[in-house]
Amino acid sequence: MIKPKNIRNLRTYIIFAGIPTLAFLTVVILPFIYGVYLTFTDFNAVETVNQFLSKFVGLSNYVKAISDSAFRESFLKTFKYVFYTMVFTNLIAFFLAYILTSGIKGQNFFRVAFFTPNLIGGIILGFIWQFIFNSAFPYIGYKLNIPLFYDSWLATPQKAFWALVTVTVWQYVGYMMMIYIAGFVSIPQDLLEAATIDGAGKWHKLVRIILPLMVPSFTVTIFLTLQRSFMVYDLNLALTRGGPFKSTELVSMHVYNEAFLYQRYAIGQAKALILFITVALITMIQVYFSKKAEVEI
Amino acid sequence: MNIVQKLTNFLKFAAILTIAIFYMSPFLMVIVNSFKQTSEIILNPFKLPESFSFANYISAAIKMKYWNAFLNTLIITSFSITLIVIFSSMAAYIFVRKNWSINKIVFSMMIASMIIPFQSIMIPLVKIYGSLNLLNNKWTLIYMYLGFGTSFAVFMYHGFIKGIPYELEEAALVDGASEFQTFWKIVFPLLKPVTYTIVILDSLWIWNDFLLPSLVLISAEKRTLQLSTFYFYGTYNTDYGLAMAALMLAIIPIIIIYLLLQKYIIAGIMKGAIK
Repeated sequence: MIKPKNIRNLRTYIIFAGIPTLAFLTVVILPFIYGVYLTFTDFNAVETVNQFLSKFVGLSNYVKAISDSAFRESFLKTFKYVFYTMVFTNLIAFFLAYILTSGIKGQNFFRVAFFTPNLIGGIILGFIWQFIFNSAFPYIGYKLNIPLFYDSWLATPQKAFWALVTVTVWQYVGYMMMIYIAGFVSIPQDLLEAATIDGAGKWHKLVRIILPLMVPSFTVTIFLTLQRSFMVYDLNLALTRGGPFKSTELVSMHVYNEAFLYQRYAIGQAKALILFITVALITMIQVYFSKKAEVEI
Repeated sequence: MNIVQKLTNFLKFAAILTIAIFYMSPFLMVIVNSFKQTSEIILNPFKLPESFSFANYISAAIKMKYWNAFLNTLIITSFSITLIVIFSSMAAYIFVRKNWSINKIVFSMMIASMIIPFQSIMIPLVKIYGSLNLLNNKWTLIYMYLGFGTSFAVFMYHGFIKGIPYELEEAALVDGASEFQTFWKIVFPLLKPVTYTIVILDSLWIWNDFLLPSLVLISAEKRTLQLSTFYFYGTYNTDYGLAMAALMLAIIPIIIIYLLLQKYIIAGIMKGAIK
């Protein structure tokens, strides 16, 4: 039995939230559920007959995904990439934030400058650095006789990986720096003054007061660097295109290629879900432990 | 301030200035070389241009159909954001003010969905909208941005509306205003700070997005700036002068906005990040 009040409420709901609910359900939820379903079928892009009802194949797509050595390699490479990006980004960003909150001349100008790369799309940043690695670095290498820069970093697998890490760190440092700056600014000054009166040195204050009070900032920055670098695609595409010899094909690009280049939708989607679950687990564990480490004043 | 302190401050300044120059040097390289001929660049990428000419810019703008791509990006970004702001604020309002179970269900679904990365939806998304023949259409793309952007915007508005005292609206409702009028006349103006944050974050996201438009927009004349830069660079990446000018053309609109609104942009991004 539908009461008139419920009909009125439903009308209000549709007026206020109908369109966003529909968009959200049809763009996020429906594809997500359909994507899970896809991974249990033998669907691929070439097939045209019986488009929405392919054969049920159980877990075989997941088995195929996990036993695909290219996928495992890409995954491992991504872990390595995420690890180095996270460590270097946060170290450098923390250092910059520390200096740029110490009241030196022009600190606002520097903050704005370091932040700039975050406003520009990964595709463009990747191309800018492609030029730097291919043209500017070799030129410096020959002029100043630095063997490290003789050849383009993008030409050998080992160096191409580090090129990718370098550019990512360069991009994210400004963003994370801003979050650390907000953290530094929120540390109560009287606490630091009291410590100075008690005879604490600079190092002592950093380790005993500043770092513990900065844990909330670390929670955010580590979460953001983890999530973003696991999912990186644009920069990867523009800078290395996964090359040379697929050596820098990170997992997002691997999934993309599997689905849209080799037209294997079902396996591609299984890989995408494995990626999603891995990242969700890692970030949840990280946030749990970071929150635990936070202290109250 | 004693002499030692002055000296350390100067050293700090010098150090950070050096770092900043190195940090910004990729941009400087692009600017300098965008005015040069390719042969000049190959000879020495660090030298200033011999003659100052916009020839590369003009040629790149024509070849990458710059105005077309710029307008496409502007239309897609502004329509998407307008829709996200209007509908998400309204939805968040009803979610806060009405204690209905459908509100709770949809709101918690939205919050939970925020951990789903785009990459784990893109394959079925392309498949569904492709089979409905809705791809290669900028209105589909705008609709998708509404779908992807609404969760975060609802989340932000929801947090803010919770803090607004209900008495204000009650008075309006007693005076005979409808809920719709009350929202637009009284509540929405109060949401300005959140609206700014959402507009800034979503502008950067949609303006710079590559993966979603690359899947949705197929024909060349529909391309956004990111897409046309990508295809242009793929074709002309050996013609350095031209390629650098194209990159500059893609960067300039954002840099102009950044210089004008940097305070708001940084504040907006910080608010978004800390949530």
